[in-house]
Amino acid sequence: MKNFHEKNDEHHEKRDDVDLKEGFSLSRDSLGRLVLCDQEGREHIDVKPIRIFPISDPEHWVSICDADGNEVICIEDLHHLPGRVRHILSEELGVREFLPIIKKIMGISSRFEPSEWQVETDRGETCFILNDEDDIHRLSFYRILIIDAYRIRYLIPDTRRLDSASRRLLAHYI
Amino acid sequence: MSENREFPVEFHAQIKGLLSESEIPLAWFAPDLDSRLHFACSLVVLTNRGLISVQPRPQAKHHAFSRSFVSKLLRRSKKGDTPDSDRVFKTWLLTSIVSLRATEHKGIGTLHLLDTSHLLCQWKFTASQKNNAHRLVERFLDLKESDKEKADATLSLTETTTGVLLDYAPAAAPPPARSLFRLFKFARPWTGMVILGFLLSVGSIAAGLVPPYITMPLLDKVLIPYQSGKTVDFHLVGWYLFGLAGASLLAWLLGWARTYVLAWVSERVSANLRTITYTHLHRLSIEFFGEKRTGDLISRVSTDSDRICYFLSVHLMEFGSDVLMIIMTAGILLSINPFLALVTLCPFPLILWLTYRVRTILRRGFSLGSRAWADMTSVLADTIPGIRVVKAFAQEQREIGRFQECNARVLQANDRINTTWSFFGPMVTLLTDAGLLVVWIFGAWQVFHHHITVGVLTAFLAYIGRFYARLEAMIRMVAAVQRTAASAHRVFEIIDRVPSVPEVVNPIIPGRFRGEIEFSQVGFRYGSRKVIDNVNLKIRPGEMIGLVGPTGAGKSTLINLVCRFYDVSEGALMVDGIDIRRFSIEGYRHNIGIVLQESFLFYGTIAENIAYGKPDATRSEIIRAARAACAHEFILRLPDGYDTLTGERGQFLSGGERQRIGIARALLIDPAILILDEATSSVDVETEKEIQRALENLVQGRTTIAIAHRLSTLRRADRLVVIERGHIIEVGRHAELLEKQGSYARLHRVNLEMAQSMAQG
Repeated sequence: MKNFHEKNDEHHEKRDDVDLKEGFSLSRDSLGRLVLCDQEGREHIDVKPIRIFPISDPEHWVSICDADGNEVICIEDLHHLPGRVRHILSEELGVREFLPIIKKIMGISSRFEPSEWQVETDRGETCFILNDEDDIHRLSFYRILIIDAYRIRYLIPDTRRLDSASRRLLAHYI
Repeated sequence: MSENREFPVEFHAQIKGLLSESEIPLAWFAPDLDSRLHFACSLVVLTNRGLISVQPRPQAKHHAFSRSFVSKLLRRSKKGDTPDSDRVFKTWLLTSIVSLRATEHKGIGTLHLLDTSHLLCQWKFTASQKNNAHRLVERFLDLKESDKEKADATLSLTETTTGVLLDYAPAAAPPPARSLFRLFKFARPWTGMVILGFLLSVGSIAAGLVPPYITMPLLDKVLIPYQSGKTVDFHLVGWYLFGLAGASLLAWLLGWARTYVLAWVSERVSANLRTITYTHLHRLSIEFFGEKRTGDLISRVSTDSDRICYFLSVHLMEFGSDVLMIIMTAGILLSINPFLALVTLCPFPLILWLTYRVRTILRRGFSLGSRAWADMTSVLADTIPGIRVVKAFAQEQREIGRFQECNARVLQANDRINTTWSFFGPMVTLLTDAGLLVVWIFGAWQVFHHHITVGVLTAFLAYIGRFYARLEAMIRMVAAVQRTAASAHRVFEIIDRVPSVPEVVNPIIPGRFRGEIEFSQVGFRYGSRKVIDNVNLKIRPGEMIGLVGPTGAGKSTLINLVCRFYDVSEGALMVDGIDIRRFSIEGYRHNIGIVLQESFLFYGTIAENIAYGKPDATRSEIIRAARAACAHEFILRLPDGYDTLTGERGQFLSGGERQRIGIARALLIDPAILILDEATSSVDVETEKEIQRALENLVQGRTTIAIAHRLSTLRRADRLVVIERGHIIEVGRHAELLEKQGSYARLHRVNLEMAQSMAQG
């Protein structure tokens, strides 16, 4: 099960066109809400884009749901969208999805939980509290997801790319 | 598979003495109960001329006939005694018998022998004899039917039964030592490394034995002559010291290599053992897991195999080198001075004898200890998953008590071992010291009489010190061996289990089924209880069947038979016209999708859980399955969408959500046969509606068998099958069955009343 994601990566090219509905437009209204106009011309106000596989495949598969959480459209590949729509979508996704990527672990306060972690992420330096060793999940051999005390998730996409000091700190846990 | 014993060949020969000239035994059966249902073995033999019954005399005092009776009969006949001293014979001619039939009640079978108007005789037996009894009856019927034709066929000695039994007793428990020897089989892939390790051992030990040898000339040729005022060649000292250092260095290097090599091998042996055990565990049927406790199984695969590894890497290695060392030391001692050597080795046999005695005591202690340990882990494995129930019923104290009780048993078992051990260890030390003392006394005496030099005595003392030190360690091995043997035995017990759902030799690998299922005179026995009896049902491809009936009627068993979690005891279950036992199990199950009352989610992401049956599914396939199962939208609301990790048992998802993931899982493999076992009964009515919608997608174009207590769930079924006490009572459409005013109508009424009273309440 663990290496499932890696395997799946080869399937990108084999797109399923049933799920790719083109011919919709996306705009922002004066209140800052996203408005989607679908193929039949119906308007859906205040839609939300949601990444379906935010961790294993963030660049593909985005679902746009209406205000009630019902899916309106499912997009497999953002690159196939017209430039403007794509821009709005990635802008919106950028502020909606919060998954800091840890680039460096500066320090862990204690070997025993709860411990405070000082980290440098792609969104800047921060520290968080780890409540439980079990909150460090190994998604695949080198891919780690850490969930902090407030259920905020931090991703380490590849432990091999961390510097050796960070790796040494992490080695106690994995 | 079946525990049906073959007709013992010697016995065959013996019974012939009781037969008349042309009489040939056709079938035999050994009733193991007497008329009062006490254990007593007798024998019934069917021949081509009639029936012979051999029974112990009812008034016989020693009622311990039981199982040994047959063997006793055998022995007696061999001696040529008159066999009727404590038994009675009865014979009936075939012509006088009108009917012979076997019945069963609560696991006790009875064989009735009747003529036209009377009961001639009756035999009682337990389920263990059931197969033989039925075979005897079958043979009898054959005989009656085609009188002479089949009668000539002698009883086949190697015949196997057709009815599959659930008994699959493992081979008789081998002695512990044999379990240990079997471990070597697992080391075979690394034979080269083992040999290398052995050679390194020999080398390092030999190197370790050099220094005391060098001290001899060092003392005798240099130091002592120097002390007594003679001139000596001090150049020699340098050489001797160089030899001492070199030998130590070599011993260190070789010892290092040896430890590494042997630990490397043993680590692989135990990993191999773990994999084999776990793989075999998966091959065993569901039933095995039902009867074994989870904690016990886990500890067998993990703790026991780890213990074996530790033994192989540490104890066995030490033991091997100790044996080598002792042999080499003994050799050296004998070569230096045989007389002194013999005296020195005096306490050795005594220690060996003591070891042997202690071994027996320890073995019992250790097996008791490891059983107590397994019980304790079982308590843990029992209560921790069930913690909600424990807390809800405020039974913490009782569970703690239960644990303490088990823990006390562990303590008790260990105390007992320690009692023996604490005496034994110092005892060996005492004997060792005694050995040293003997060497001193003898050595001093010999030196005094100028038989040996001081150097020789020093060397002797150095050797003997090592010798006994190692001997002591070797005796500690005794405990380790016993402990490991017990562990190995527990591991092999799993490996030796024969799966009760065996794969045929040349299985058919099925493609996709059309989905036609046929039960033909299917019977199933769970232990001695008959759960399914003579079920006949033909299900068309694509049809949806609803199984209805009270709890314990056999609905789930029917489904377990279709999934091939068990094999039928009688009759046959056919899919697309082929007996399912002829398919490869894996290929067969690929065609089956199942949604259970509780969908079990594994640790992993939602996507991985949906793709469990088809790990290489593409993302769009996963999404499509989830959509069809009405799971897509709630999954999108989860924090990480399809990448959300589910807890150990998917705790943070609701029952309905878990269920829909289960449905998506079944949908993804696109099975030809779908089984819904109470798929909606654990959720509320509202959620059920939603799940119903998902199920309707699922049922499309597949043969479906569904069980449900809420009859409303089955409204889409093409036919409903009402089952009671293992029989099919009614089959038909909803409306037809209602008209019949039978069992189904009654069930329906109760269901309706329930719904109404709930609506009112």
